Amino acid sequence: MATLNVLILVCLAYVVLLFGVAFAADRMAAAGRGAWLRSPLIYTLSLSIYCTAWTFYGAVGNAARSGLEFVTIYLGPTLVMVSWWWGLRKLVRVGRSQRVTSIADLISSRYGKSNTLAICVTILAVLGGTPYIALQLQSITLSFSIFAEADPSGLYREGSSVFWVAAGLAVFAILFGTRNLDANERHHGVVTAIALESVVKLFALLAVGAFVVWGVAGGVGPMMDRIDASEIGQWHVDAGRWTTFIFLSAAAFICLPRMFQVMVVENADEGHLRTAAWAFPLYLLLMSLFVVPIAVVGLDLMPEGSNPDLFVLTVPLSQGNDWLAMLSFIGGFSSATSMVIVTAMALSTMVSNHLVMPIWLSTQEGSGSVSGDVRNVVLMARRVSIAVIMALGFFYYRLSGGGAALASIGLVAFAGISQILPALVGGLFWRGATRTGALVGLTVGFLLWIYTLLLPGMGGTLISDSVLQNGPFAWGWLRPQALFGIEGMDPMVHTVMWSLSLNTVAFCVASLLSFPSPLERLQGAQFVNVFDHSVAPRGWTGSVAQSEDLMIMTQRILGAGPAQDFFQAEVEQQGGRSNLPEPTPAFLERLERELSGSVGAATAHAMIGQIVGGSSVSVEDLLAVADESAQMLEYSSQLEVKSAELSRTARQLREANTKLTQISEQKDSFLSQVSHELRTPMTSIRAFSEIMRDTDGLSAEEQTRYAAIIHDEALRLTRLLDDLLDLSVLESGQVSLNVGGDTLRSVLDRAVSSALAGTGQTLTVRRSKASERIPLQTDLDRLGQVFINLISNAQKYCDAEEPELTISAHDVGGQVVIDFADNGSGIPPEARSMVFEKFARVGVDKAGGAGLGLAICREIMQRLGGEITYLPGQGGAAFRVRLPLAYRQAAQ
Amino acid sequence: MSRKVLLIEDEPNIAEAIRFLLTREGWQVQTHGEGADALQVIQGASPDLVILDVMLPGKSGMEILRDLRELEDLQGLPVLMLTARGQSRDREMAENAGVSRFMTKPFSNTEMLTAVRDLHAQATQS
Repeated sequence: MATLNVLILVCLAYVVLLFGVAFAADRMAAAGRGAWLRSPLIYTLSLSIYCTAWTFYGAVGNAARSGLEFVTIYLGPTLVMVSWWWGLRKLVRVGRSQRVTSIADLISSRYGKSNTLAICVTILAVLGGTPYIALQLQSITLSFSIFAEADPSGLYREGSSVFWVAAGLAVFAILFGTRNLDANERHHGVVTAIALESVVKLFALLAVGAFVVWGVAGGVGPMMDRIDASEIGQWHVDAGRWTTFIFLSAAAFICLPRMFQVMVVENADEGHLRTAAWAFPLYLLLMSLFVVPIAVVGLDLMPEGSNPDLFVLTVPLSQGNDWLAMLSFIGGFSSATSMVIVTAMALSTMVSNHLVMPIWLSTQEGSGSVSGDVRNVVLMARRVSIAVIMALGFFYYRLSGGGAALASIGLVAFAGISQILPALVGGLFWRGATRTGALVGLTVGFLLWIYTLLLPGMGGTLISDSVLQNGPFAWGWLRPQALFGIEGMDPMVHTVMWSLSLNTVAFCVASLLSFPSPLERLQGAQFVNVFDHSVAPRGWTGSVAQSEDLMIMTQRILGAGPAQDFFQAEVEQQGGRSNLPEPTPAFLERLERELSGSVGAATAHAMIGQIVGGSSVSVEDLLAVADESAQMLEYSSQLEVKSAELSRTARQLREANTKLTQISEQKDSFLSQVSHELRTPMTSIRAFSEIMRDTDGLSAEEQTRYAAIIHDEALRLTRLLDDLLDLSVLESGQVSLNVGGDTLRSVLDRAVSSALAGTGQTLTVRRSKASERIPLQTDLDRLGQVFINLISNAQKYCDAEEPELTISAHDVGGQVVIDFADNGSGIPPEARSMVFEKFARVGVDKAGGAGLGLAICREIMQRLGGEITYLPGQGGAAFRVRLPLAYRQAAQ
Repeated sequence: MSRKVLLIEDEPNIAEAIRFLLTREGWQVQTHGEGADALQVIQGASPDLVILDVMLPGKSGMEILRDLRELEDLQGLPVLMLTARGQSRDREMAENAGVSRFMTKPFSNTEMLTAVRDLHAQATQS
């Protein structure tokens, strides 16, 4: 009898072999050799991680308990492969063209890169995956314990062995599952190793089966007789359970993270599906071929009460065929380990990409450079995730006590993970599917699964018996295992029916009711019409002919010198066999990195993809390229804005300079005018005062006359100074207004009498006093000053024989308009624009004004919130004064 | 011998003061208060001396002087220019235009008389 220690040694040797195979495969793939690594055979074999220890051992147990029902677990995937391979091809095409890394990534990508959705799927997958991992650990422990019972002297300790198995698997998954981070996420080492394990488990099961049929039963004929005699042979087809289980296993085959990993992510060529479509069902057929014979013989041979789940081991052992038992053990071990490794890899990718990285990135915000060692962070996150997932599986196993509850976990997990199906299939075939729909559907299905299957399955610990019996709050229609009062159903059938149908309904309804974002629409179109605009992706390798194109492209981007240096260095690194380097994946990766420094990562990837043709350009790539172009456009438009700003500033400076020059000229001209106005009267005063002082014998008449001139000129000076001060106060805005109320009529009365006082009264003023009864609320003195000025001007400048001034007033919408028109020859058109300027005088100023009067009027009217304008077309000189009836502060 | 001065000045009071001073000195004083036709008046009056204000209505004294110096027979005519603007730029302009003497208002009567005497003496000597 083989001792347990030998078993452990064989086991270790097997593990070392697996490590070796994985290592060698990785090396070969990295070197660009080993085309068989990407063969349809390896792909098909890798798909067989569908058959876990649960299938390896459990199928026989299932057959022993429930007859042929175990077949459903094989029928589901077979149906998918045979009748829905075109759907799988779409899935694979989408997965490759969108460069998805996991099923969570695919769902998130389809629904507008929603991370919420990715997190939901990840949590669902981890919840479903953890008990499944525990189940595999249990199978390894159980199988060990069979040998331990037979050999008590062995080194076997149950608790520690599970720990070491879990740790070993974690190390394997970390070593080969997180080796590289390339965008395709393919792991040749792992895939090759699990393909080997698939061969081993099939071989082991077939060997046990052959032994049972020919070694124990004595040939096919007697075996058939035994089966017919056994209960298992009776076809007990419960239509509900069969349909449910076939559907469930089919759904799980598509949705399980580990299946997605090998089927889509690790797929090297979608043509492989064609082979897998017949080869994988064949594999399943072979796997199931001897299940019934082993079960029948086991039931016959083994004592009552022995665990039928372990017949695969115990039957050979009981017949003394230890080596066969050991082979069978290795087969079961293979099933368990391959499943655990791929599951851990797939889950860790999801956990690190959708849970850890978003959190890490958000903590990095603001600290500047994120680009530096993201790669290391991602790898570390994956490694830690693998360890954590393995630890979860381990603790779940320890806490559940490894009891029979685990055995049913397989189907429970299937039911949970199947909740992804509506969102996945809907996303592939229905453009109207939206993020909201997917979220609502998933949530509904997920909650129903927990409520109707997971919680009741855990016994009275998490959900009380009264709830189970009578529903929550004694609402009978909410009883977890009889929703809406439909009783008597198998719990599994009940759950699958309700959760998936309500999930689908919720998904469809919410999709119809919600509006997708533009990105969702775009992604939806990309997914649903994936065959219209993508070529079948091949590997990311190319021929030397493509190297020339790559060289030309690189020269364009990097410049001739650096491009040649880069390619030369590559040639030397590859051994220098030709002028141009082989486009190996490693070289292409380095080239992409080199180019991305110049044109951005997405553009570089898209450009190389165009030439090597291995990968179609995904929407994500296009969007990223668009982003980069947008950034450049943004940058260049910023430059344009800057340059526009600069020229605007320059123009403003020029304008300011011109204005300053103008102001300076105006000031000079003003000063020179003031000087003139001051010096002129002073000249007369000085001349006549000197004459009076120095001249003897001036007549009394002359003396009086000259003194009068001096007096007049002195008054003129005073007037000028008064005007200047007045104007300066008005212009500086420091004038304080003295607002009072009176009628226009009395203001005009005072102005007319004041303006005409002391003069010869040659001017006739015509007024229509009735229209002047307009009440005013303003600075009456200032307004009067304006009127006086206008009347005086008419008096001074009106050149008619009988000078007349007509004053007419009327109010229009809160404003009063007063026109002053004389009957003289008026102001020549070319002078009209400047009459309001300072020192502007038209013709000879016989009246001796300084030319400030109208300038002051203009300033006053501005202060009063009105205006004074020249009124053309009136025959003589005419001015229009307009002001608000009531002065408002805001009018300033 | 009658000395004739033409006074072109638009300020009547200043014109009257200068007329008073020069008349007592023995000058025959003719006044004119408009710039536009000043040159024709000068040509018509053929004075021994012209006193010209800068700020005149119609045409500035500066322009009148420039036009006057263009005329061959008037190139030697002594011109005393008066300005009230008091800017050094005016003096330069006037000298470039060929002024004989430049004076800023207000001036002392002695200053005025001295200038007139000097200008007349120079003119009669040459």
